[in-house]
Amino acid sequence: MHTTLMSNAETSPARNTDTDAAPMHPPLLELRNVSVNFERPMTTSSALAWATGRSPAPRPSPVRAVDDVSITVGQGEIVGLVGESGCGKSTLGRVAVGLQRATHGERLLRGENLDAMNRQEALARQLKLQMVFQDPYASLNPRLRVLDLIGEAPVTHGIVPKADKRAYVAELLERVGLRPDMATRFPHQFSGGQRARIGIARALAVKPEFIVCDEAVAALDVSVQSQVLNLFSSLRERLGLSYLFVSHNLAVVHHIADRVTVMYLGRVVESAPAHRLFREAAHPYTRALLAEAPTLKVQKRKFIAIKGEIPSPLAPPSGCHFHPRCPHAMPRCSEEVPRLKSIATGHTAACHLHAD
Amino acid sequence: MATPTLSIGGLKTWFFTDSGPVKAVDGVSFSVMPGEILGLVGESGSGKSITGFSIMGLIDPPGRVVEGSIVFKGEELRGRSDAAMRTLRGNRIAMIFQDPMMTLNPVLRIDVQMVEAVLAHRKMTRSQALALAHSALERVGIAAPGERLRAYPHQMSGGMRQRVAIAIALLNEPDLIIADEPTTALDVTIQGQILFEMQKICAESGTSLIWITHDLSVVAGLADAVGVMYGGRMVEHGTVAQVLESPRHPYTQGLIASVPQLEARGQPLRQIPGAYSPLVNVSGCAFAPRCERALPVCQTEPQLAATADGRLLRCHNPV
Amino acid sequence: MSAPTSLAGFVSAYRKSTSATLAAIVLLLILAAALLAPVLSPQDPYDLAQLDLLDARLPPGSPSGDGTRQYLLGTDAQGRDMVSAILYGLRTSLVVGVCATLCAVAIGIVVGLVAGYFGGRFDALLMRIVDMQLSFPAILVALILIAILGQGVGKVITALVAAQWAYYARTIRGVVLVESQREYIAATRVLALPVTSVLFRHLLPNCMPALIVVGALQVASAIALEATLSFLGVGLPITEPSLGLLIANGFTYLLSGKYWISFFPGLALLVTIMSINLVADQLRDVLNPRLRVD
Repeated sequence: MHTTLMSNAETSPARNTDTDAAPMHPPLLELRNVSVNFERPMTTSSALAWATGRSPAPRPSPVRAVDDVSITVGQGEIVGLVGESGCGKSTLGRVAVGLQRATHGERLLRGENLDAMNRQEALARQLKLQMVFQDPYASLNPRLRVLDLIGEAPVTHGIVPKADKRAYVAELLERVGLRPDMATRFPHQFSGGQRARIGIARALAVKPEFIVCDEAVAALDVSVQSQVLNLFSSLRERLGLSYLFVSHNLAVVHHIADRVTVMYLGRVVESAPAHRLFREAAHPYTRALLAEAPTLKVQKRKFIAIKGEIPSPLAPPSGCHFHPRCPHAMPRCSEEVPRLKSIATGHTAACHLHAD
Repeated sequence: MATPTLSIGGLKTWFFTDSGPVKAVDGVSFSVMPGEILGLVGESGSGKSITGFSIMGLIDPPGRVVEGSIVFKGEELRGRSDAAMRTLRGNRIAMIFQDPMMTLNPVLRIDVQMVEAVLAHRKMTRSQALALAHSALERVGIAAPGERLRAYPHQMSGGMRQRVAIAIALLNEPDLIIADEPTTALDVTIQGQILFEMQKICAESGTSLIWITHDLSVVAGLADAVGVMYGGRMVEHGTVAQVLESPRHPYTQGLIASVPQLEARGQPLRQIPGAYSPLVNVSGCAFAPRCERALPVCQTEPQLAATADGRLLRCHNPV
Repeated sequence: MSAPTSLAGFVSAYRKSTSATLAAIVLLLILAAALLAPVLSPQDPYDLAQLDLLDARLPPGSPSGDGTRQYLLGTDAQGRDMVSAILYGLRTSLVVGVCATLCAVAIGIVVGLVAGYFGGRFDALLMRIVDMQLSFPAILVALILIAILGQGVGKVITALVAAQWAYYARTIRGVVLVESQREYIAATRVLALPVTSVLFRHLLPNCMPALIVVGALQVASAIALEATLSFLGVGLPITEPSLGLLIANGFTYLLSGKYWISFFPGLALLVTIMSINLVADQLRDVLNPRLRVD
């Protein structure tokens, strides 16, 4: 008997695509007040200067890759996480699956704190949280056949008995749109799009409930990208999966996500249901991103939506990180960090323009 | 009728490997007028980058331009000696790469590199060259050019480095710039700034620009004309409005329908079935295996022909 | 061009160098000769009953005293046929060299994998030990160990292993450091695969090209090291002479005109080491992807 692929999660409730009511998704994974700080060690010269008393400077402050971010993904929900370089979205994604330890904050799966468990319990939960990586070339071990790439983990963890490995992998390959006879091949014999599908099959093999897609379609050609995006959608419908879809491409996120969270330099600047964000963005940065978003409308550029460079995370601006580039900056913006405030149901933004 | 800056006719660049010739470029024709921006669009394996390299004469063995004409300002470039090409490169024809570190030397300061690029082609004093470098950096929208000149590449962000690479391309006021996916690796807000600058520069100086990309939206916002490539061949060429608003080649149609856009949400994207495989030497139309409109006649290779509305189209059964 | 992915691709890429192809053929012949030494040699050089002292120090091409055979390469001081001595000596040299290399590789793999994957203080400690080991000349390490352990085949192999394992450890660690950053290793963590599986099923196969190249070169090195030890008289015992010992035996006669006693074993050693080096060089060029596609 073939092991079926139905996950343990309930099938997702009907998607509310275009209403303002918050969709009914009981929370699955919650990241609460997560911060990830990277310490900067002193260079030898500055350490010497400090030790000999010549320099009063204290240790350099840590790089706050993720700064007090809270995000919740409901069962059957797709949350899009958007931002440009240095915003911390990839780091946050890695925290969600356990690849990166958060310096502060908690990771809760159905209310249970994942980092406070012992190894046994943590292992069982770990398989529920999987990741699909960006680079289809580097994310598959070039020395292993597809059969082993996909089949090793489920057999190791006892999800499938060894005797059924071949059949299980065949079923998974079909599920992602590949032929079962491809299981004997090596990764280099496949195209980028096919490798992306193998990566998805590998994640599905351990029966996850939640998948982080870390720029999973960014490296693919547009025509292949659409195939893979359709695959993600159909897998969500059939298996009731939840996704955290990390991407810098707003149009892709808009297409697939139910809710979108926008990050800038480590902080959340706005979060809203997808259809609302794209129609009524509240934060100036979100608006700038939308203005620059890819469109096939034939028109010459008549304006620069946003000036300046993205600041380095090593030296973030004071107060609101965005104020040096913001067309609506006020004196308050460089002094006070704006808090996330609710603007409408399910729509929050961190901007002094919306402060009461 | 003004002379085109560049006119390509039936270009073919093949790579001769142990397992037979790989026809990276197998029939590309287009021309670019002064001040015009051409978007050369295609996915991986379409041969768009190799086309750019072929124009510059940067194809090394086992590759070779086997056929076709490359006419730059009335002169044939094919068959020119290396020395002759060197006088053109960086001078009359400039290239910008996807990775700015292909242009920038990591161990030299920016001013040293820029001055060297100027003095290689023109005689002038160092301070004159430095002044040129300064103004080039201003033209690409770099604030505080003086500081940037004294910096090293690793001290700048990716977007800044790419701007410097563009400035270097502009130094000798070339007639043609070939840009190979220069903004693909950059953030969307930075890309927007750079595209805006490029547009301004071409309009002001009459430089022709060939912008090679896989991103149709970049082309929509920047180019005057578009050439779509598939399988090493040019399959459709026309003005941006023509090609993007009413595409006639099935591949172009499929490509446009595959791009997620902000306007249409929730529905599955149109997808082009299958994938391009460069190793399968198809006789006949390269796109036929994936085409919904394929007919038996598609087993013979379609030729690039002019249509009634002034486009070039390579298809037996266009939309 | 990336590394060949099939045996046929590998062979055709290898054959691009004529000198390496020749070297490979020579090496295969040497290996065959060494393996078949008992069959090929006209005489068992260690069977004292077969030796005739009266035939000692005969020049190449001379017939034996009793006319039964011709000594193609002459005889040594005990009347041993040089051809037989060289064949048996080759066998000993090769066996010792390869065994020592394999043991050193095994130790180096474990140390390199663990140090590279776990990093941190563990890595720092292991690498300092490797550094210390490598700062001693190999011959010195071997001599010290032989002085402590005494002589004998096993002890010589131990000395060679000790002199060489550190090189493999460092090479493997380097590859592991690079490969650990790749996303497919991050995937093993997300999939919660056990560490032994990650090290030996995922990382080790990716170290193979580097290992093969370094291993091939080091076999030559081990053989040369063993020859040196034997030449100095602290290597293999007289009962199992290797090429080094043969060279040493003939050394005193070198200047008195009886060159063949040292010369031919020396030539055999030279050809063996050279062909191994040429083969290893070409292996490195073939297995090393010059343009990494990934």
